Amino acid sequence: MSQSDIDPPRLYAAREPIFPRRVQGTFRNLKWVIMAVTLGIYYLTPWIRWDRGPSLPDQAVLVDLANRRFYFFWIEIWPHEFYFVAGLLVMAGLGLFLFTSALGRVWCGYACPQTVWTDLFILTERWIEGDRNARVRLWNEPWSARKLRLRLSKWTIWLVIAALTGGAWVFYFTDAPTLLGNLLTGQAHPVAYITIATMTATTFLFGGFAREQICIYACPWPRIQAAMMDEDTLTVAYRDWRGEERGKIHKGELTRSDGGTKGDCIDCMACVNVCPMGIDIRDGQQMECITCALCIDACDDVMDKIGKPRGLIDYMALRDETAERAGGQPKPLMKHILRPRTILYFTLWAGIGVALVAALFMRSPLDLNVTPVRNPLYVTMADGAIRNTYALRLRNKQAEAHDFTLSVAGPGGSAPAGTQVTLEGQPDGRVSVAADSTQTQRVYITAEKGSALAEGGQAELTLWVEDATDGVRASIDTVFHGRSE
Amino acid sequence: MADTDDEHTSPQNPDNRIELERMAADQENKAQIAAHPPVGPDGRPLHRPVGSTRVVRDRKGVRKVVEVPSTGHSWDGIEEYDNPLPRWWLWSFYATIVWGLAYVVAYPAIPLLSGSTQGVLGTTYRSDVAAEIQRFKDANAPIQAKLVETPLDQVAADPDLANYTANAGAAIFRTWCAQCHGSGAGGNPGYPTLLDNDWLWGGTLDDIHTTVQHGIRDPKDEETRYSEMPKFGTDELLDNSQIAQVVNYVLELGGQPHDADLAAEGATVFADNCTACHAEDGKGDRAQGAPDLTDAVWLYGSDPATITRIVHDGPFGVMPAWTGRLSEADIRAVASYVHGLGGGE
Repeated sequence: MSQSDIDPPRLYAAREPIFPRRVQGTFRNLKWVIMAVTLGIYYLTPWIRWDRGPSLPDQAVLVDLANRRFYFFWIEIWPHEFYFVAGLLVMAGLGLFLFTSALGRVWCGYACPQTVWTDLFILTERWIEGDRNARVRLWNEPWSARKLRLRLSKWTIWLVIAALTGGAWVFYFTDAPTLLGNLLTGQAHPVAYITIATMTATTFLFGGFAREQICIYACPWPRIQAAMMDEDTLTVAYRDWRGEERGKIHKGELTRSDGGTKGDCIDCMACVNVCPMGIDIRDGQQMECITCALCIDACDDVMDKIGKPRGLIDYMALRDETAERAGGQPKPLMKHILRPRTILYFTLWAGIGVALVAALFMRSPLDLNVTPVRNPLYVTMADGAIRNTYALRLRNKQAEAHDFTLSVAGPGGSAPAGTQVTLEGQPDGRVSVAADSTQTQRVYITAEKGSALAEGGQAELTLWVEDATDGVRASIDTVFHGRSE
Repeated sequence: MADTDDEHTSPQNPDNRIELERMAADQENKAQIAAHPPVGPDGRPLHRPVGSTRVVRDRKGVRKVVEVPSTGHSWDGIEEYDNPLPRWWLWSFYATIVWGLAYVVAYPAIPLLSGSTQGVLGTTYRSDVAAEIQRFKDANAPIQAKLVETPLDQVAADPDLANYTANAGAAIFRTWCAQCHGSGAGGNPGYPTLLDNDWLWGGTLDDIHTTVQHGIRDPKDEETRYSEMPKFGTDELLDNSQIAQVVNYVLELGGQPHDADLAAEGATVFADNCTACHAEDGKGDRAQGAPDLTDAVWLYGSDPATITRIVHDGPFGVMPAWTGRLSEADIRAVASYVHGLGGGE
């Protein structure tokens, strides 16, 4: 064909509406289950209670930004332990790599919030306006009282779902029952209302109207995923060598499997009509396909009805396609999944997981940092002794207040001769740290005149902190600056 | 396709050459791909040939496949099609323009010779900052009032006040005191360190509070702390040999290397001229701000030359009174802060 056969293209085009038909089958059921589980987790998690004693919140999962704590059941993460969150994010990233290289765009098709909420919105749409044909008719109808009523009911339910979605989000950041009360009485912080309004608007627009356009135009992940896929990655594919030549089978006409010329595809368009992305999987792999597998369910249903084997549309790897075309057998599923790339991803993923769990169990209930105050490096006292000042930060991660005492040790483990540890404002030498909080304390180490520490320039020291209640000890290395002339 | 009469497309116009060459190459590429579509091992085309297809739906929702032209750009067999942009994208673009125009009208935007357009909302960053400062002032007002009412020795026992004085005091110190005493309060020659346990005028909370309120030798404050060491050399109260003697005595008092003979003579000079302030044992007198000469802390320096200079010229260190420049709450905060730096008594 030559260029002149084609009309000059328009610069802009409206979205072509998509009216996915209802479908039943294995993958559709799997998607219902995943939708129920993920939405259940999302909406219900903030309401789970977890007793942590009187001074701490009793919400099982809470991102307490105001007090800079993250609670997850029995785990409490402090801001300086953010590496746990970073580790979880790395695991989430590697997990996506793992699933993508093994099963293709399985995240997009089953678990992505955009997919799950769009699915929920389409379910609502079908419930209000009917299945595909009714919706197409309604779309083409001019505006009438009935159309307005149906549209308004649909949008209202969408808005309620969207508002609940935005509402559930804010419960993760503060005590859920209190916030719900405040929200209903109009006393919650404006940030809560603004967050809910924003999330409601985006959920309503993305799930109700933007739908597949988010995946096609907005989401970077599908483009990145392509880099993780290879010949063994599972994708949804059409067995065109079995299906073509497609077409209606008239009486007496034979398909190839019965010795005729026609393929198994009867061109019933079931696979196209159920597709939430609006593509025809028979055109081959396309960037729009989120591998939700609804076309597989639709086609299997048709194949059952016309008495042909299932799997005209199927999960398939590129390697299988080449093998089958040449008359060979596809590789078993596990051979696709277990290959060096996926094993490497899994090893990295599991390694980080094990490291995080190990770090979690090795956490001390007491944590300290010390910063030598180096302005000035040292202070000469009236009697000629040399004093260094330290800013000590003590973190008591226990649910009760504890008292701590300090001592100092030289490189040999014993206290250097002629040194004394004193605390600013604590004449009894004890610093009390309230439950689940941080205390900064100015600490002085004084080396008497003529001692090795006072006259010896810079020396290494270890500061020991001992819990006066249970004897738990923790230490940190620091330095002492003696007279330097 | 080039119209030689139009200077914008004429190959004779050198400005057009690169583009024309590019267009020619694209045309050639397009023709090549159309003639030889790349095929896979099974003889089927690897991808759609020039002029792709796009799916649209008619009014009955039935799929219709329409041709999409190629732009003619091809990289390693991957071709760029001329698909239309989504219409919502165009609308979003228009919305950003509307937003931009509204912003220009509402906020300060267009630079002029002096200043800029102010915007109908009247927002300026200066007024924003002033409002923020006022907000913090209002927020601090109750605890500042409480600080003024609380006796100084009870401040440390109140966690709120202790926290406030530690932070506000540090900020005030760095703003007003660090120029002389150093940002770490370590002092400089002539400006005492506030970290040690040696004080000229006293190191209790009340002493420090008074010093900050009224300053030292501040001529503008009637209640200022005042004393004056004579200029023994300049005013010819002592001759140079007497000064050398008393300097050696002072070195002896401080436990430093000295000439024992001169120091013995210096003891008499010291007893005659210095003990009124520095006391007979040389331990000084805080009531007069006279330093202890027997300890290891030296305000101006412990070397013989410096001590000689001080005896000869007389020191006259001045600290301004802060009453009137800082609020009473700020003075109390900085006094508490200095008291908590390690030398407080």
